Amino acid sequence: MGTDLFSLFNDPAYWESLSKILPQSVNETIYMVIVSTFLAYVLGVPMGVFLVITSADHILPNPWVERTLGTVINIFRSIPFIILLVALIPFTKELVGTSIGTTAAIVPLVVSAAPFVARLVESSLKEVSHGVIEAALSMGASPWQIISKVLLPEAKSPLILGMAITTINIIAYTAMAGAVGGGGLGDLAIQYGYNRFRTDIMIITVFILVIFVQGIQWVGTTLARKLSHR
Amino acid sequence: MIYINNLTKVYKTPGGSLTALKDINLHIPKGAVYGIIGLSGAGKSTLIRCLNMLERPSSGQIILDGQKMTELSGKMLRKARQNIGMIFQHFNLLDSRTVAGNIAFPLEIAGWPKEQIIERVKELLPLVGLEDKADIYPAQLSGGQKQRIGIARALATKPSVLLCDEATSALDPQTTVSILNLLKEINEKLNLTIVIITHEMKVIKEICTDVAVIDQSQIVERGPVESVFIHPQSDIAKEFVSSIFPNELPNELLRELSLHPGSQIVRIHFLGTAASEPLITDLIRHCGVSVNILYGSIDHLRSTLFGTLTLELQGSPESLHTAGSFLQSKNLTVEVINNGN
Ligand SMILES: Nc1ncnc2c1ncn2[C@@H]1O[C@H](COP(=O)(O)OP(=O)(O)OP(=O)(O)O)[C@@H](O)[C@H]1O
Ligand SMILES: [Mg+2]
Repeated sequence: MGTDLFSLFNDPAYWESLSKILPQSVNETIYMVIVSTFLAYVLGVPMGVFLVITSADHILPNPWVERTLGTVINIFRSIPFIILLVALIPFTKELVGTSIGTTAAIVPLVVSAAPFVARLVESSLKEVSHGVIEAALSMGASPWQIISKVLLPEAKSPLILGMAITTINIIAYTAMAGAVGGGGLGDLAIQYGYNRFRTDIMIITVFILVIFVQGIQWVGTTLARKLSHR
Repeated sequence: MIYINNLTKVYKTPGGSLTALKDINLHIPKGAVYGIIGLSGAGKSTLIRCLNMLERPSSGQIILDGQKMTELSGKMLRKARQNIGMIFQHFNLLDSRTVAGNIAFPLEIAGWPKEQIIERVKELLPLVGLEDKADIYPAQLSGGQKQRIGIARALATKPSVLLCDEATSALDPQTTVSILNLLKEINEKLNLTIVIITHEMKVIKEICTDVAVIDQSQIVERGPVESVFIHPQSDIAKEFVSSIFPNELPNELLRELSLHPGSQIVRIHFLGTAASEPLITDLIRHCGVSVNILYGSIDHLRSTLFGTLTLELQGSPESLHTAGSFLQSKNLTVEVINNGN
């Protein structure tokens, strides 16, 4: 088996045949990950910011908003992804017109990642010291200035680390979404590696995913370190 | 400049309400360096935070530079705050910005145009002695340097008042003196009104023109620094003064002195020029008393010389009386501690 794979991987014709299916799956995964991460942040950052600023002793304390938002986030975070994937099918159909394919897979990915992002953003922004916020208030900063000039810039490093974690999670989830017709590397691994016993394809997809994860974590850690001036 | 009228602050806590400030009345004149001293928990921070409404008073009124702060909110309050600088015990700088970026921060908030911000930062850096540190991040600087950034930042929008909450409490004694000197310099150069909260009498002694003593949520004593140092009225003020000008004579010495019949122990305080007069020679020559120096110290209050001399005078009742009148005539503050018998 080992020698089999070895000679297989050394055969140019093999790669030729693979190049018909692999790039498309890689592109689909990248597409799903980028769009889902982006949308999850578009939704998650405001939620995280609201969780922080409405908490007691912060700039716009509002227990009602904080509690309601927190509860909604908790509910979505407690639904397992695989259930969300199925439960959201009608909603996805309504939204994008279909419930299969990469674009359709983005809907459950975003719905599941956004509340996670909200909590990550919340914990990152809570690390900004009360004193710094107070200093900004004493200079006459508005709530929006405090968010945009104090909270977000001061929490840059943890936010970037959180983004690496989110992206990696989404990669894992795209594989799961692939299993139910979402396309991408997960789809490839299931269709060929599992259904057709193509161990070679299984190995290659796992290898590519590992490279993705390593790369993202490396970029995240490096950026976070570079931007931290503590 | 600042009028504090009937200021009261009550904190509502789960365990009941806590009165942090009780009916505070205070006038802080323009150009003053007004020290507010008190023990931990006395209400100092609450008081200074009420001045710029970081803390909302429960009742009473704050008028600052003609503005009724207590009646402001929203945009008006933010505008008014740009006229009040504040520095903090733990500096509270933005770690993600360089020194120049930190100083530019309040100007960005106030909506200054970019070119003017750059100009202003260039002016401020040398004022606080950080001209070669513009592009460095605060994490690489010492506590004293961080507080210098804090000061530059607080002065950026050219405020008319500077509030300092324990601005030197996190610094070593030497750095404390350099920061206090900087504040004094700024007060003199810009005629800026400074309010300083502290629990250290040293801070009051170094730069304040006036002082208020706060104890258990109330102001128990206030006045020009010299008069509070020379004639502290309240127990707490006396304690604060003696923390840096120890003037209690040891009991053993007092006991021994009481064996000298007809002697009198007096304490003399002198301020400014009086310190340079040949006092003791005159006492001996003109009053016919013999003088025994028990304790003496010379120091300064802000920039004025401030000396204390504890003397034992011996002589006939008449000559002691003459000596007393002589000292009074010199405009010195004389306290008779012990009349010998
Ligand atoms: N946000 C708050 N909620 C409830 N109680 C408070 C709050 N802030 C201060 N207090 C209480 O008010 C009193 C005065 O506090 P304050 O911080 O003004 O004292 P302080 O003189 O500055 O003391 P320190 O020298 O320790 O800083 C204290 O008893 C304190 O516990
Ligand atoms: Mg305090």
